[in-house]
Amino acid sequence: MIRSDILRDIAPIIRDHLVVCNIGLPSQELHLTDDQPTNFYMLGTMGLASSIGLGLALAQGKKVISIDGDGSVLTNFGTLPTIANNVADNFILLIIDNGSYGSTGDQPTYAGKKTSLTAVATACGCENVVECSAEDTGKTVQAALDSNKMTIIVAKCESGNVKVPVITMDPVVIRDRFMKAVQA
Amino acid sequence: MSVNKKIVDDLVANDVEFVTTVPCKQLAGVIDEIDACEKIYHIPSNKEDEGMGLCAGAFMGGKRPAIIMQNTAIGVTINTLVTLTQYYRMPLPMLISYRGELGEPVACQVEMAVHTKALLNQLNIPTYHFHKEEDADELDSILKYTFMCNKPVAILTDASFWKGY
Ligand SMILES: Cc1ncc(C[n+]2csc(CCOP(=O)(O)OP(=O)(O)O)c2C)c(N)n1
Ligand SMILES: [Mg+2]
Repeated sequence: MIRSDILRDIAPIIRDHLVVCNIGLPSQELHLTDDQPTNFYMLGTMGLASSIGLGLALAQGKKVISIDGDGSVLTNFGTLPTIANNVADNFILLIIDNGSYGSTGDQPTYAGKKTSLTAVATACGCENVVECSAEDTGKTVQAALDSNKMTIIVAKCESGNVKVPVITMDPVVIRDRFMKAVQA
Repeated sequence: MSVNKKIVDDLVANDVEFVTTVPCKQLAGVIDEIDACEKIYHIPSNKEDEGMGLCAGAFMGGKRPAIIMQNTAIGVTINTLVTLTQYYRMPLPMLISYRGELGEPVACQVEMAVHTKALLNQLNIPTYHFHKEEDADELDSILKYTFMCNKPVAILTDASFWKGY
């Protein structure tokens, strides 16, 4: 399974929650699969999906799922200690770990080599860190939602991309639509 | 009233409830004051671009954010300022220690100081410079202006303002 398969599987599970989605193909795939006002597409700022999601979870009560990538977590490693030390039980960080910088052509990341993001998150002090297979991502996300505990999920999958169009929606429209969904 | 207390009072009066910080020696007092303030959630960040991500999320969650950082951080936040804060049109007051100005003992700090205003200008970021203590009287209006126009706004605070190090 590749990232787009995971996104298709989890779409019905996450659609009623606030979602902050990673730059590049993850956002484009989610947008194509199941565009929702509750989706915030982060079109730039590689690395900040987890930070935006944490800030959002700390600021209000609805559940927030940040969909991140292994390469992006590696670029913003500082996020994991911040998450660990500012617990928001309405926050789930789902790291889709395909071991590559998928959006830029599947160049390998260190997460696909010797570095375990699960071990790093644990070492940073995160309390509920779960590693799962691509196939089990849906039920793992559902269990995390049901637990009402801040959870970091590392979903291991194969690298690979499908052809998807870019998102042409205006950023201010994305943000405004999202904020209305937050307040609804 | 201490200038640190006055700054935090102005933040609270403008409903700023979420503040992220990366320390600078000059900012130690105001960071202590933020940390002690019950009306503000203080979330230290490890890098200033991460902090701006936290602030973007808090804003979309309905809380007014602010960041407190050193001017050297302009170098690590340009991409975030333009592709997140400005692109999605979000407000962000940035209280910035302006290291490398008159009174600076550390030569290396001057290297970013000489670029600070030029970079902020290039980014079209409204910029205010606090040099004397009474300049802080404008903070309340600057905060109102920031949340009126939904832009990042820089408040540079130099060594004279902080009365040395
Ligand atoms: C600062 C910066 N450097 C590089 C890029 C180019 N870039 C965009 S997405 C991406 C890969 C992200 O990889 P990952 O987070 O693992 O997500 P994946 O696409 O594999 O799901 C890169 C390198 C960028 N947008 N910003
Ligand atoms: Mg990847």
